[in-house]
Amino acid sequence: MVISEKLDRFFTEKMPEYPTKRSFLVPMLLYTQDELGCLTDEAIAYLAKKTELTELEVRNVISYYSMLRTKPMGKFHVQVCTNISCQLRGGDEIYEHCKHKLGIGHKQTTADGVFSLEEVECIGACSWAPAVQVNYDFHENLTPGKMDKVLEDYRNRK
Amino acid sequence: MVENTQLVSLTVDGKKISAPAGTLLIDACKASGIEIPSFCYYPGLSLQAACRMCVVRIDKMPKLQTACTVPVAEGMVVTSESDEVRQARKATIEILLGNHPLDCPVCDAGGECELQDMTFTYGAAESRFMEAKAHKEEQQWSPVVFFDRPRCILCYRCVRVCGEVMDVWALGVQNRGVNSVIAPNMGDHLECEECGQCIDICPVGALTSGAYRYKTRPWEMNHVGTVCTHCGDGCKTTLGVRRADNGMEIVRGDNRDKSGINGDFLCIKGRYAFDFQQHPDRLKQPLVRKDGKLKPATWDEAFDTIAKRFNAIREQHGGAGFGVIGSTRTTNEENYLLQKFARSVLGTNNIDHHRTADYPAFAAALAGKPEMAASLRDFEKTPAILLIGNDPTHQHPMLATAIRNNVRLHGAKLFIVNHEGLKLRRQSKAYAHIPKDGYGKFIAFLGGDDAVASALANGHTNREQLMAMREMLRGEHQLVIVFGAEVRGKDLETLVKLGMSHTGVKFACLGDYANSRGAADMGLYPDLLPGFTPLADAGDFAAEYGASLPKSAGMDLEKMVDAAKAGKLPAMFVVGANPMARYNVQLGELKNCFLVVQDMFLTETAAMADVVLPAANAYEKSGTMTNTYGDLQIVRPAGDFAGAKPDLELIVRIADRMGVAPQSLVPFGRGTRADMGQSRGAQSGEADRHAIWMVAQGIEPKVSPFDPQALLDEIQRLVPGYGFSRLNLFAGNDVPTHTAGKGKGAHQDPELIWPANDTLFTSGTLGRYSNTLNSVVEAHEGKRYPTQVETD
Amino acid sequence: MADLVQHPDEVRVISQRFGKGAAGIETYLALGGYQSLRKALGMKPDEIINEVKTSALRGRGGAGFPTGMKWSFVPKESAKPKYILVNGDESEPGTCKDRLILEHDPHAVIEGVLIAGLAVGARQGFIYVRGEYRYLVDILRKALDEARAKGFVGKKICGSDVDFEVYWHTGAGAYEVGEESALMESLEGKRGIPRIRPPFPAVVGLWGGPTVINNVETIAAIPHIIEMGGAKYASYGPPKNGGTRLFCLSGHVNKPGVYELPLGYPMKKLIYEVGGGIPGGKKLKAVVPGGSSTFLLTPDEADGINCDFDSFSARGEFLGSGGVVVLDEDTCMVNFALRIMKFYQHESCGWCIPCREGTDWLKKTLTRFHAGGGVDKDIDNILYLSQNMLGRTFCPLGDAAAIPTMSIVKKWRNEFEDHLHGKPCPYESRVWPEPALA
Ligand SMILES: Cc1cc2nc3c(=O)[nH]c(=O)nc-3n(C[C@H](O)[C@H](O)[C@H](O)COP(=O)(O)O)c2cc1C
Ligand code: SF4
Ligand code: FES
Repeated sequence: MVISEKLDRFFTEKMPEYPTKRSFLVPMLLYTQDELGCLTDEAIAYLAKKTELTELEVRNVISYYSMLRTKPMGKFHVQVCTNISCQLRGGDEIYEHCKHKLGIGHKQTTADGVFSLEEVECIGACSWAPAVQVNYDFHENLTPGKMDKVLEDYRNRK
Repeated sequence: MVENTQLVSLTVDGKKISAPAGTLLIDACKASGIEIPSFCYYPGLSLQAACRMCVVRIDKMPKLQTACTVPVAEGMVVTSESDEVRQARKATIEILLGNHPLDCPVCDAGGECELQDMTFTYGAAESRFMEAKAHKEEQQWSPVVFFDRPRCILCYRCVRVCGEVMDVWALGVQNRGVNSVIAPNMGDHLECEECGQCIDICPVGALTSGAYRYKTRPWEMNHVGTVCTHCGDGCKTTLGVRRADNGMEIVRGDNRDKSGINGDFLCIKGRYAFDFQQHPDRLKQPLVRKDGKLKPATWDEAFDTIAKRFNAIREQHGGAGFGVIGSTRTTNEENYLLQKFARSVLGTNNIDHHRTADYPAFAAALAGKPEMAASLRDFEKTPAILLIGNDPTHQHPMLATAIRNNVRLHGAKLFIVNHEGLKLRRQSKAYAHIPKDGYGKFIAFLGGDDAVASALANGHTNREQLMAMREMLRGEHQLVIVFGAEVRGKDLETLVKLGMSHTGVKFACLGDYANSRGAADMGLYPDLLPGFTPLADAGDFAAEYGASLPKSAGMDLEKMVDAAKAGKLPAMFVVGANPMARYNVQLGELKNCFLVVQDMFLTETAAMADVVLPAANAYEKSGTMTNTYGDLQIVRPAGDFAGAKPDLELIVRIADRMGVAPQSLVPFGRGTRADMGQSRGAQSGEADRHAIWMVAQGIEPKVSPFDPQALLDEIQRLVPGYGFSRLNLFAGNDVPTHTAGKGKGAHQDPELIWPANDTLFTSGTLGRYSNTLNSVVEAHEGKRYPTQVETD
Repeated sequence: MADLVQHPDEVRVISQRFGKGAAGIETYLALGGYQSLRKALGMKPDEIINEVKTSALRGRGGAGFPTGMKWSFVPKESAKPKYILVNGDESEPGTCKDRLILEHDPHAVIEGVLIAGLAVGARQGFIYVRGEYRYLVDILRKALDEARAKGFVGKKICGSDVDFEVYWHTGAGAYEVGEESALMESLEGKRGIPRIRPPFPAVVGLWGGPTVINNVETIAAIPHIIEMGGAKYASYGPPKNGGTRLFCLSGHVNKPGVYELPLGYPMKKLIYEVGGGIPGGKKLKAVVPGGSSTFLLTPDEADGINCDFDSFSARGEFLGSGGVVVLDEDTCMVNFALRIMKFYQHESCGWCIPCREGTDWLKKTLTRFHAGGGVDKDIDNILYLSQNMLGRTFCPLGDAAAIPTMSIVKKWRNEFEDHLHGKPCPYESRVWPEPALA
């Protein structure tokens, strides 16, 4: 099994909620990625089979959604929003700061695989800008100093 | 689906037009001579509204509307030409050109590019952009498909034609926004049916053909519309030809003008497998066996050798001394001439060809009801189809496409009976998976014999499913029944009889090669004259030929080969066939048999011959061919190969050397023997040059003994079922012929029918000489591609 | 997770349960939850629709289409199942309100779906949450399980003879999927490419069945409307602009946050009173009234306008999605336009030429321009390109990209001129290197 049995069971159980098999594809891709770190060839083959689609079609879908990826990222994926509300409150500084601190650029991963960085579009934290998402966790009202703390916490967690 | 015939009137640019309700505005305009530009719209494919070129102003609508998605409505007032509309289209092109490489001078599509045409029309010459264009290397997706990403304008035509029309789904769209890209199914390459539909449908030069790319410019070619030489569907193909060192080389095949029965469809063979034409192994001069070895010889030497031996054998053994084997890939005129030569000059009924379908039984069963024979066109719209046996995806790709399109666009119901799983099953409403030997029983079951049902039912299809299918079939009042070689002899007769008891049923009988049907219709049978006329009814033919024709049936192909092996057949004349390979005859096994072979290549059969004459192929000559549905089409010379001559000319010349007046074989009007000049290329003789002039004037030339039209005349006069419309034929259209033997045709020995079992990527002996056909991976996987779908 | 704020001018309808733990069903019930559902079960479908029509509720997703009218387009009879689809893709820059609703009051959304379904005859609902909001998916899943356990979702809801299923679904990062037809495509497991209309979703939607698509906030308002009555709800706002909405105040204000205010609230008060004015006492330069897809307002325009749909449409502009972004005098408008265009270039689905190629050229041109490489004709070219996208694209994303750009070039053209002729950006101490968005 490419993914855990628990996840596979979850997929099998939820799929009948939809009239067509492929309808559950996007969430399945995301949950599979969460478990595996990225969508591997095996995962794609597995999901294609599960949804009765061609692998090409699954890849077509994957490549459309910006959260989905076929190459692994860091354990902690730091996503810095630089869209307008964040821009106005220093989102670019936070992004530059992260680049500098982590020594990596957009969609790159640190050598130890702990962090990866991505400049992202609006993540829905406009009133608490500037904001960053690390994996799925929001960190808001940031300053470069607070950002250091955030990164430090994650580094200690690894 | 019911055709909507209610007319709607509307005004476009002040002009009143009308169109059937439901017609898209873009089509309605086109039908009325108002051209609306488009990239993404393509008739018969799903709507995209992506390119925004077709925008028009419709009164009472706030924004410009896309003519490709709006159906006509009563009283609609449309402006398709105005400053506003022109400006919108111009801006779209400007934006598009911003990222489009301006490599038109080297682009394959240059001169045939829809983007060029539109830029020309809307004048988006000024560049507003300063940034560099994104460059990407061209990718090779298969030996025949190349992709030049920067040229792609994302009209999605390729993706749709591959998925919707071909049911292959090998192309997709990946990424999004400006990074969107067309992607092949295997990541960096394609695995598919290699039909090349995506290339031809591409409005620009993004998808290009491995066979054609960077070879020439479109305007440097001559474009000749003719018929594909491969399978029995007889697709029209437009060949692009240009001068080569040794004649004319075919560099491209397509049917972009959508003329002909196949619309724009061609499979890999029709589109690329013309390359045998310039294959280095082609015979360039006659070969005569000397001291046991085949040696190059002059034409005179070759003809003299043949004529002398033929005359001597005729003298000594009469007609019984000859065996004649014709071709499934030569023209009707050549086949007709060959049987005429065999019967009236050699005096023998020992004539046959490689049979792939039981056409005689079909003709006999249909006798008197020619209207019950289906044309390929009938598959476009008939509401229901029953397919018994055969795998059209492989053996009749155009038929498969017509069926898919009919199911997709008109909701036709497809019923399949087969002993294997077919790809077409995905389109089927019901599918009966029967045992391999169950076809006869199935026909009996259709006729009401419930007792056989249990024998038919197997692990895949049970009795109830069979019953249900029969019930549905009985409810169909317009049904085309199409069957493969699995159905022959008595079974075929029973099936047709059964169908005849219902009104609205039509039939099609599937044979394998480009002119298998023509060979059958033209009487390449030991016991049937042209038009499936029994030997006993030879009256008209005998009168025309001015000779007494042999009365008793001759030997069939197998018997002839056996006789030759046994040393009992003094002479064999093989035209465009390879029987020794088929019957696995080894070199040296033929005894005392003078073998003459006309062919393009030194095939297994030619290698055994005493004289080999280099023959032209169907892409190099004129004439007609009949597809397996009886649709007659004109064949025109496109390529030309120095050294080879059409089979028609070769036969006439042999007869001439034998002392036969050419006019008795080819009724060529007032011409004389002096007209037998050169017959090929720019150096051709007077007759041919004259003929070219006459064709240009719309006059039918019949001035040379090598003129197929002189024979076509005779065919039209004498062959039952061939009373076609010349006007339509010469206009380049397909015209129906009717298999309608006078009375009962002979029953053929079913064992003599050998289906070719070609796949999409093979084409008998001919296919061996197509490098392109052999270059694609699908031809070599060891399994069949497309793989058969599950049967249960 | 996100901080909650308060202001005395607020009228708390939708946000009345925020911060009270109502994500748990016991609290939700204690605060009067699912009463509206019981009430609606006793109403005729038309009565529900009429109540919503009376409420003058207009879509909170951005377009402001009257919700009651949208529901009434759903055919009464349908061979295919009907669906309620809640749009929780919230990705419009400047907008962060649906997040609060789903975090603090998910049952209100579920209850809203059920009532909407009763109104139009749908028996299945899907709540689509953007992929980035994973913690909300978890909250929602829990809420759905609780609601099912308590008999509000599933077979014979509330003991009636109505079976009603409500499901959650999640995206995976795509702004365009917020567009209603792309949303359906995404929910069907496909690339988020919008559909050709007509047919409209109310007639042919999800899996071919009639479908009502509403924003999270719109749906969350429904139980309140049923509870208090449409007339009462309508009375909070000006005529035809019923109720309150969540304004997401961000950018250069002292008290950013999400505030629930009646429609028609004056923009000036929103910035200076609710938002506490501009930090450092700086002057206002511009306001984005409702997410990045709207026409920007100059200080003068902002001074005189009230935040309701009709006040904006009277100007030929849009109120948008509730994301109010405030820009102070030190902001570079060229850089701002560039950031907006980067967003649309990144999010364009790529389907149609004007949007796919247009956003890319605008982004490239603006990048060069802001970095000091601009030439005279660029300014008109930027305007030309955006004008030729407006109304020409397959879906409104092209318009959304053109609108802010056109308004910035037109209203702050002087700032473009100040950038010309090789000078670096005169408004900022440094020019940010171009972030490398793929
Ligand atoms: C590009 C684009 C993105 C959109 N994104 C959202 C979104 O994230 N959330 C939303 O509710 N509506 C969004 N909309 C509006 C929806 O298409 C639709 O109008 C709305 O969900 C209808 O709900 P309402 O009537 O309740 O507003 C978007 C529209 C467009 C054109
Ligand atoms: S305007 Fe066109 S390219 Fe842009 S998001 Fe809509 S459909 Fe896609
Ligand atoms: S043809 Fe209408 S949009 Fe392309």
